[in-house]
Amino acid sequence: MTSVSTVALIDYGAGNVPSVERALQKLGAASKRVTRPSEFAGARAVVLPGVGHYAAIIRALDEHNLRAALLDAIERGVPFLGICLGLQALYSSSEEAPSLSGLNLFSGSVRSLPTTVKLPHMGWNRLRTQRTSALLAGVSESDYFYFAHSYAAAPSPVSNEVVATCSHGANFTAVLEHKNIFATQFHPEKSGAAGARLLQNFLSVAAGMSSAA
Amino acid sequence: MTLARRIIPCLDTDGARVVKGVNFVGLRDAGDPAELAARYNAEGADELVVLDIAASRDRRPTFLETIRRVAAELAIPLTAGGGIRSVDDARAVIRAGADKITVNTASVERPALITELSQEFGAQAVVLAIDAKLDSGSLATPGCATPHWDVRVRGGRDSANLDSLQWAQHGVELGAGEILLTSMDRDGTQSGFDIALTHAISTCVSVPVIASGGARTPQHFREVFNAGAADAALAASIFHDLTQSIRSLKEYLTARNIEVRFPC
Repeated sequence: MTSVSTVALIDYGAGNVPSVERALQKLGAASKRVTRPSEFAGARAVVLPGVGHYAAIIRALDEHNLRAALLDAIERGVPFLGICLGLQALYSSSEEAPSLSGLNLFSGSVRSLPTTVKLPHMGWNRLRTQRTSALLAGVSESDYFYFAHSYAAAPSPVSNEVVATCSHGANFTAVLEHKNIFATQFHPEKSGAAGARLLQNFLSVAAGMSSAA
Repeated sequence: MTLARRIIPCLDTDGARVVKGVNFVGLRDAGDPAELAARYNAEGADELVVLDIAASRDRRPTFLETIRRVAAELAIPLTAGGGIRSVDDARAVIRAGADKITVNTASVERPALITELSQEFGAQAVVLAIDAKLDSGSLATPGCATPHWDVRVRGGRDSANLDSLQWAQHGVELGAGEILLTSMDRDGTQSGFDIALTHAISTCVSVPVIASGGARTPQHFREVFNAGAADAALAASIFHDLTQSIRSLKEYLTARNIEVRFPC
C-alpha cells in the first residue's frame, strides 16, 4: 500500500468527531468511525479526537475496551494522531481527574493552566518550535492554530517528544512527535489552512510508514 | 505568543435563512447561511456564530440542517444556539457540527442547565449568552456611580430581574466557559460597542468575553478590545452587507498593535 486507505477514527462520543471526519475527507482520506476493538483491524492510521473532560475520554476508552487495542496498534507501529484530549490521554495522568490512569506512553502529568490568565485558553495562538518535525513541515511560527482547553501537559526537560510549545500563562506542550505517535493540543480540524496542512502532513507520514511496514 | 483577538460574524437565522432586523421587527432576508459561512471562512473570520432567533420547536429540524450545511463550509469553530433547553437539544446541535452551544433564556429559568451542559460537553463548549440593558435609574441614584445592567430574556422583551455582572459570575461558577455579551442598548444602533458594560463584565469573570451589539467602524472594534478588554468581538449586518470587510478590519487592528490572526 502506498496510501493510507483507511483512517480509524476513534468515536467515543466526542463533539469534534464529525469535524475531523470532514477535514480528512477534504484531504481525500477515507476514515471509519471505530467504537469497538475489532474495528481497528486493517486501519492504516488511528486518530483519537477529543474535546471536553479528561474523565470522559479515559472512561470511554476503558468502557469500550479500546485501551488495549489502541496501545497494541501503537505498539505495532500504526501511525497515531491524538487531538486535544487525545494528546493529554497519552500521559500518565491528569489533574482534571486524578484517580484515572492515562495511556502512560509518556511520563508526566497534565495540569491546569495558571488561573492568572483567562481560562479556557480559547482562540487562536501560535507555536514555538523546539525541533524539526514531520508533522510541522511547511508550518511557520507565524501560523495560528485554534485552542480550546484549560489543562495542558507541561514540557519536561528530560523528554524529547515535544516538538512545539505554546504559551498561555505558562508554556505547555502544543505538538508532540515520537516514532509513530503524533499529537496536538490544538484542533487542526478547526485551524483553517494551517490545520489542513498539518493533517496532510500526518497522512503523508502515515502513508510512508504503512508502505515501509 | 498571546491569544489573538477574535473577529466573529454572526448569522441570525429564522431557521433556514439569514435575517436582519431587531427583535423580530422588520425582518429582511440577508442571504443563505452556507454561502455566507463559506465567504467568512475564506475571508479570515476566526469563528462563526449561528443563532435561531425564533427557535420554535417545529422549526428545529430545519435549523439542524442549517447547522450541518454551515459546518460543512467551515475550517474554523462554529457556535450555535437559540432555543437550547436540555442536554439532548445541545447534543443534536453539536452532532450537527457545532463546537459550542449558547444558552440564554432557558439557563435563566433553570441555571442547572449550564452545569449539565458543562459536565456533558466540557466548559469550553458552553457559551452563556447575556442580553444586558442599562437600568437608567441606577445612574440617577445620588452617590452611586456604578451602573447596573439588567439581564433581559425572551429576545430582550422581558426583564429577568438579575444583575448582569452577578449573573455572569454565577454562570461561570455553574460551568460556562465563555460569555457572549450583547448590549441591548447598542444592538442595531451601529453607534459602537458598550465599552463600560464590556469592561465591567470582562474584568469580573475568569472566562473569555465576546462583545456584541453596536459595531460599525474599525475604531469601534479597537475600542472594545483596548478599553473594553473584550477577548472577541461579534457583528452581523456590517459584515453581511459588506459595509466592513474582515480583512481590512484586521489590517486596521494590526496597524494599531492589536494582535489578530491572518489566514495564510
